[in-house]
Amino acid sequence: MLSALSVGLGLYALAFGTGLAGRRLLAAVYLLSALAGATIAIAALRVLIAAGPAEVATLPLGLPWLGAHLRIDALSAFFLLVVNFAATLISVYGLEYGSHDAEPRRVLPFYPLFLIGMNLVLVADDAFAFLVSWETMSVASWLLVLATHRQDETRSAALLYLVMASLGTGALIFAFGILAGESGSYGFAAMRAAPITGGKAAVVFALALMGAGSKAGIVPLHVWLPPAHSAAPSHVSALMSGIMTKVALYGLVRILFDLTGPPPWWWGVVVLAVGAITALLGVLYAVMQHDLKRLLAYHTVENIGIVVIGLGFALAFRANRLDGLAALALVAALLHVFNHAMFKSLLFLGAGAVQVATSERDMERLGGLIRTMPRTAFTFLIGSVAISALPPFNGFVSEWLTFQAIIRGSELPQWLLKFEVPIVGAMLALAAALAAVCFVKVVGVVFLGRPRSPQAAEAREVGNTMVAPMAGFALVCTLVGVLPMILIDILRPVIALLLPGSGPALAGSSLLWLVPLGADRSSYSGLIVIAAVAILATVLVAAIHRFASNRLRRSPAWDCGFPDTRTETEYTAGSFAQPIRRVFGTTVFAARERVHMPAPGETHAASFEVTLKDPAWEGLYRPTATAVSFLADRLNVVQFQTIRRYLTLMFAALVALLLIVAVSQ
Amino acid sequence: MTTSLLDLVQLILVLALAPLLTGIVRKVKARLLGRRGPTLIQPYRDLLRLLRKEVVLAPSASWLFRVIPYTTFAAIWLAAAIVPTFTTGLMTSRIADLIALVALLGSARFGLALAGMDVGTSFGGIGSSREMMIASLAEPAMLMVTFTVALLVRSTSLPHISEFMLTHAVGIRISLLLGLISLAMVAIAENARIPVDNPATHLELTMVHEAMVLEYSGRHLALIEAASMVKLLLYLSLIVAMFLPWGMGIELPLGWAALGIGLGAYAAKLMVGAVLLGVFETAIAKMRVFRVAEFLGGAFLLGILAAIFLYVSEGL
Repeated sequence: MLSALSVGLGLYALAFGTGLAGRRLLAAVYLLSALAGATIAIAALRVLIAAGPAEVATLPLGLPWLGAHLRIDALSAFFLLVVNFAATLISVYGLEYGSHDAEPRRVLPFYPLFLIGMNLVLVADDAFAFLVSWETMSVASWLLVLATHRQDETRSAALLYLVMASLGTGALIFAFGILAGESGSYGFAAMRAAPITGGKAAVVFALALMGAGSKAGIVPLHVWLPPAHSAAPSHVSALMSGIMTKVALYGLVRILFDLTGPPPWWWGVVVLAVGAITALLGVLYAVMQHDLKRLLAYHTVENIGIVVIGLGFALAFRANRLDGLAALALVAALLHVFNHAMFKSLLFLGAGAVQVATSERDMERLGGLIRTMPRTAFTFLIGSVAISALPPFNGFVSEWLTFQAIIRGSELPQWLLKFEVPIVGAMLALAAALAAVCFVKVVGVVFLGRPRSPQAAEAREVGNTMVAPMAGFALVCTLVGVLPMILIDILRPVIALLLPGSGPALAGSSLLWLVPLGADRSSYSGLIVIAAVAILATVLVAAIHRFASNRLRRSPAWDCGFPDTRTETEYTAGSFAQPIRRVFGTTVFAARERVHMPAPGETHAASFEVTLKDPAWEGLYRPTATAVSFLADRLNVVQFQTIRRYLTLMFAALVALLLIVAVSQ
Repeated sequence: MTTSLLDLVQLILVLALAPLLTGIVRKVKARLLGRRGPTLIQPYRDLLRLLRKEVVLAPSASWLFRVIPYTTFAAIWLAAAIVPTFTTGLMTSRIADLIALVALLGSARFGLALAGMDVGTSFGGIGSSREMMIASLAEPAMLMVTFTVALLVRSTSLPHISEFMLTHAVGIRISLLLGLISLAMVAIAENARIPVDNPATHLELTMVHEAMVLEYSGRHLALIEAASMVKLLLYLSLIVAMFLPWGMGIELPLGWAALGIGLGAYAAKLMVGAVLLGVFETAIAKMRVFRVAEFLGGAFLLGILAAIFLYVSEGL
């Protein structure tokens, strides 16, 4: 595995060097990246199947007394698989998509660099290597966001991203500092050997949730994510939304399940609450969006929430020594990590194809693309059903397993958890149902109906090198949906590593049947469901066409007798979301709708206006920003002083610090 | 009888009885309004008539519009076959548990809502949008009822829930009562019945489900109408299987006597359900569309309350 990793990283590095040359070697950059991704993904898959011991290596890099420690265990291998498998297909897509970039020099070198950063985070085995890789990942992705720097909103999105990324890394630095303890050993092996407890562990927990959570996009630290992810070129959006958020979750899992000792039960309470709020608010934001890529980015927030709910249950069960149930919850969470990486990459690639074909991201100016872009539409439809957690695709399987964990939540002894579990279940159910609403809106407005603009009417299907990766992702979504045990078997070594002694997860299952907790409790078979529906539908088609009627006539739409061919009369994304806006938006977003009708005799058009307020922005960020600028104003007086006063200030500061030292000893 | 044969019986039974059930509801409503009403077999005749007619398709309709009626009908038919009706010993019931059943119906609805958007008319859009709004509240309510029952029975597998209710002295529990009310409210909303929607209306602005399928005709419309009928039967069967499973055959292999009792009890329960639905629909007025959110929000909260009561009382 280590040799394959070094070959893969070498290929990525070669791609980075090639990328510096710009547009001429565009194909080489993406081909080398795809090759590198495939190399590492295959090696990682073999590690998981073989379930061997962890491989370690120390490189003479980094801090002189530390070196750079690398370690590939089952958890690293699983995330390496997710990252590099998706990266391979996305790189193939980049071959054609990349040629549409206005300034390829701003994308090509940083694309492989971004992948190198993410790979190194997953194999780092000391805090220093971890943080350097983490920052490489952040900075490379920030540079990729800036590829479209000529648009004003990109620049503000990039600034916000930079601020939030620094905040997150800052939190992680402190977390590792506390984990290293007084001995100051930054190797993960030392942290594992002497796990911290009590108050220190609580601080590490909070900092890890903040640091990794801000990168993953948990509410309320998500504000940077939708603008930044949607501003980047679409294949980079797929990398950021589909994969980088998973690397962030890897950081969270590594710290909470591996580097700290057994968790106290209240960690579960906090993580469950954060996850449920993230899932529900993420999907509500998404329903209100009309920008295709921004909507998808908000759905990333929702899905991260679903994974976090799974992790919260794993923590709560583990704290109460219910290891079998903890294993079930962890399987659900990790399965959703994989699934989300697949369908979110697929959907962003689809959005990129739409953008290439129409130069539009605004859903209100699209429509009818199923006729002009049938293959993109079909794969996008599969991704939409999968992300809406509907059978027979993969999103449903992981949410179903999460629900199974929720039902067993009543076995948790703590009262707070007992009250929390059904409410988390209700919020997750609501989030899943709203996701379906949102994707009926997306598919219905973008791909169905009639084109709402000339660009949409004249769209052309994209080339095969763009369709093939989307088809690949769609195939994986279907395969994992109908035969989920293939993937769950691969996950077994990860569970054994993180929850030793939990026994085999989902022991009663076979290839065909998914049985999480015993056959009399619940069972599901994706393959039989899809086969039965297919057989019944085929029989119906045959019988009806044979015995009843197979005549068909094309004629104008009925529309209650008044068909209007103007596309203005079509239902738009805004009108589709109106019922949800009325039901949920008025309380959560303070949604206001205003209709301006011209007075009789005036000739200008009537207009309709919707205002929404972002609760995270209004409630947290705006007050913080106001407070910071207020303090800065007050401190401004210190800036223009005489030398004498400066010296007095420094002397006072020194005395104050010495006093603190004296008192604390 | 062997199990696979029983599975076949179940598959045909739900399909054969569904139009009759709708016929009974219509008849009850007509008699309560002082009309004689059409005969009980009128729904069968309507379906056959539609099946024989040609399909009139709008020029902007895509392949999705023509595929959806078949997949939707097949999914709902399969879902109906999964719910235990006269016996708990069917293989079909194990393909999907209650949560997966809700999701399967969700897939069917997803497809139908997309079909409503396909032609690009404003009525299709308004129908899809409102149907999905109703579903976004009904589906979580349904899942909360599922949690409640699953907590008591320690299973989400439907035949297991029925067997547990039959063989254990469950007693009268406030949680189950709340769950039953919540499920009934969900069933009314999901089947587009009064007061949420009106299956008989053709007044444009009051339609939800009917507006969504407005552009369908001929055999496609027949399938969609039949799917609605099967779905009504499914929800009645679900209430029966979860809360009132008396008479179901649980001993395998199922003898002729047990089969007879099971089928008879099922038929009687459907009859009672149809009459109750007819009376309820006649007695109540349809509500404005945005009041539906309050109605289903109520169902959702009842579901949460039921689950919390049980989570807490289980811990005592």
